[in-house]
Amino acid sequence: MAEIQLKSLAHSYSKHPSGAEDYAIRQMSHVWHNGGAYALLGPSGCGKSTMLNIISGLLQPSEGEVLFDNVKVNELSPKDRNIAQVFQFPVIYDSMTVYDNLAFPLRNVGMPKAKIKAKVDEIAAILELGEVLHNKARNLTADEKQKVSMGRGLVRDDVSAILFDEPLTVIDPQLKWKLRRKLKQIHEQFNITMVYVTHDQLEASTFADKIAVMYEGQIVQFGTPRELFESPNHTFVGYFIGSPGMNLIPVQRTETGVEFDGLPLHIHPELAKYAETSTSSNIKIGIRPEFVRLSNTPADDSYECHVKYIEDLGTYRIVTLELGSQTLLARIDEDQVIEGDTVHIGFPRQWLKLYIDEFLVEGATE
Amino acid sequence: MNKVSNNKAWWLVLPVFILVAFSALIPLMTVVNYSVQDIFGPGQAYFVGTEWFEEILGDERLQDSLGRQFLFSAAVLLIQIPLGIGIALMMPTRGKRASVCLIMLAIPLLIPWNVVGTIWQIFGRGDIGLFGWGLNQLGFDYNYTANTGDAWATVLLMDVWHWTPLVALLCYSGLKAIPEAFYQAAEIDRASKWAIFRYIQLPRLKSVLVIAVLLRFMDSFMIYTEPFVLTGGGPGSSTTFLSQTLTTMAIGQFDIGRAAAFSLIYFLIVLLVSWLFFTAITHLDKQK
Amino acid sequence: MKMNKRKNFGITAYIILLMLPIYWLLNMSFKTNQEILGQLTLFPHDFTLANYATIFTDPSWYSGYINSMIYVSMNVVITLLVALPAAYAFSRYKFVGDKHLFFWLLSNRMAPPAVFLLPFFQLYSSIGLFDTHIAVALAHCLFNVPLAVWILEGFISGVPKEYDEMAYIDGYSFPKFFVKIFIPMIRSGIGVAAFFAFMFSWVELLLARTLTSVDAQPIGAIMTRTMGASGIDWGVLSAAGVLTILPGLLVVWFVRNHIATGFALGRV
Repeated sequence: MAEIQLKSLAHSYSKHPSGAEDYAIRQMSHVWHNGGAYALLGPSGCGKSTMLNIISGLLQPSEGEVLFDNVKVNELSPKDRNIAQVFQFPVIYDSMTVYDNLAFPLRNVGMPKAKIKAKVDEIAAILELGEVLHNKARNLTADEKQKVSMGRGLVRDDVSAILFDEPLTVIDPQLKWKLRRKLKQIHEQFNITMVYVTHDQLEASTFADKIAVMYEGQIVQFGTPRELFESPNHTFVGYFIGSPGMNLIPVQRTETGVEFDGLPLHIHPELAKYAETSTSSNIKIGIRPEFVRLSNTPADDSYECHVKYIEDLGTYRIVTLELGSQTLLARIDEDQVIEGDTVHIGFPRQWLKLYIDEFLVEGATE
Repeated sequence: MNKVSNNKAWWLVLPVFILVAFSALIPLMTVVNYSVQDIFGPGQAYFVGTEWFEEILGDERLQDSLGRQFLFSAAVLLIQIPLGIGIALMMPTRGKRASVCLIMLAIPLLIPWNVVGTIWQIFGRGDIGLFGWGLNQLGFDYNYTANTGDAWATVLLMDVWHWTPLVALLCYSGLKAIPEAFYQAAEIDRASKWAIFRYIQLPRLKSVLVIAVLLRFMDSFMIYTEPFVLTGGGPGSSTTFLSQTLTTMAIGQFDIGRAAAFSLIYFLIVLLVSWLFFTAITHLDKQK
Repeated sequence: MKMNKRKNFGITAYIILLMLPIYWLLNMSFKTNQEILGQLTLFPHDFTLANYATIFTDPSWYSGYINSMIYVSMNVVITLLVALPAAYAFSRYKFVGDKHLFFWLLSNRMAPPAVFLLPFFQLYSSIGLFDTHIAVALAHCLFNVPLAVWILEGFISGVPKEYDEMAYIDGYSFPKFFVKIFIPMIRSGIGVAAFFAFMFSWVELLLARTLTSVDAQPIGAIMTRTMGASGIDWGVLSAAGVLTILPGLLVVWFVRNHIATGFALGRV
């Protein structure tokens, strides 16, 4: 087990990168602490898999350092880093039985037979592979294959870390949920550092204690699921996390704060000060649909706006609203009644986030 | 794939059937016909039953030739299959260098077989050939036209030179078909080079190796032109293989009855051994 | 990294050894007979094109190349024409005797050419085809057609059947579908089959020599003429040998990007 530290890491697949867009990973630093269960969340093409391959040693970073417990491991192979990785699509050794597949990583380091058997049986039991243990691996179903693939990582309980690269992609939803819980159990049992790559926020938040959100080759925020939800560090996190994502309104600076389409927005005075001193013209206000207040009667700080349509999603509803030239979303409880096609909306001040150049201006929450 | 039952498909295979029937069935029937008759001239043929077959099976010259043939084919397989796999493993996987390697490897396969014989006939000579001259310079008493051992070694070396590229190319294309993910997984699983070969590469080479073994067995078992040009079957009859024995009998001595009987036995041996190889390799896989 | 260096060294050494006998042939082809029979030289000191000139100016020499080319081309065309529909049938349909027919076809690839020498000679003589290009082309079909059917069957089975059905729905007749849609889809397979047909027909000599005497004599048979009263004309023999390598080289050059997939014969 180890603490994994990435120091000014950057990676480009081209030999002579000419600009930022040539980098799969832009310069960044990050620490994965010992024994944590982490998720690496981001859209496809953001560099998640590249980062995983750099950590495991399948790929050499073009710049920066990878440290395991403060020792530089850049030049070490995955074998010497003692790291396990599970791939998106099942990789099984199809000429071997399930048992031999699971035993393979242990035999390769010459573990005694009895110990191998104990380990394999233990993992096979956890993954419910007992029945097929002595079958040829090639005849398994897709999700059994993926379980075998995961099992090869899990049998090694002395590893520095186990990396998962979207391991549940090929698995059907029912089993997905079960396997995710299994992983969580295994994590609690063995306390191994686990990094779980996914593009599914639900998967990330059920598995991980802390989530790193990746965007355009950088980790833009690292925090608990709650932190990501309540105060997204970056407009991308606001947009990507949550369902639906955060409302983001481009605004202009005024003497008292900010406004859009001539409508003033009442943000926290401290934030207003920031906005005033900033020279950037890229200023946005973000608010989660969950925090938009809807009412049929006007209030002091409310805005009258037009209801475009309402989607009923079972336990809650999404209201699409038009305010000036902006389209906003609000999420309301099923039982809240909306009369007619106009409604009065309010923005609770503590949930109005200020983003300058796409990054959150912090330090002003009440 | 689920195939549809449709006897009209016979129309599609009819041209092949007619063509192959013409160039295989008719001649084969001729051979069978000859093998049971004694022919003195037009209209003067006598049915002799299995007499030719009995004679052939007892013929010492043929038995020797058959023994040499099996020895040669066995040596060919034992050398060329492992060597071909090894070369395939060493080949670069992409880029210009890979194309250059592939083209170079394919060249010996496209040289007419008599020219292959000619190339080695020249190359191996002590006076004008680099190989023979070099060996003599190094103090070896090498002469493929005089010494049985040297003749054998040269014929074998020539065949290795000629055909190992085929095995290597087959294996190379088999290796190319292995997805990168398998190597990554193996690296993660701390597999040694040997374990990667044994458990990942070799199992996935199986289908091309079946082809390689069968092709190499069949073609080495039918070898004629190359040793004929190189050694003429000599010294003595030390490098005379089955095809040459048969050709001498049929064309040279016009001993038609015996040649026909011999032909059938020859063909049956090739079929039988090929079938044995095929079932052995496919069964190996079904165990466990 | 160390491993890679060893690999590079190994493959380079192998390629050099592989090319050495061919280099020697090339080397000899540019030498005069005096130089060949005199001191052994690693490259031609007395560079000459006379050996090649002999071949290119003498019709009895160069007609051998033309003959070989003619029957090889004929063989490739015939092989593909009959093998394509058959391979399609084997890959797509079940019909009476299909498996037996397939194995019987393949078994012909296992027939030693020497077995067929005499019957072929008699067969083609009796129908008046002896010493014609078509006789050799047909004889070579004996082993090329089974191989081509087998290779093409592998490639065709790799094309999902849905394409066929889609074409029917779109109102294509079978021949139109086959020529316009299907053949372009398996063109790499056709290329590979053609390559193998070319290769085995071009390199074969035993049948080609037996079935010809003058008019269709292949270059391989003509090469034996260099054995004259004054011994072998090594220079001309080498030049003739070099010239037989060139067509193969040309064909390899054309298919160089498909060699890797081609040798898997559509079956990996």
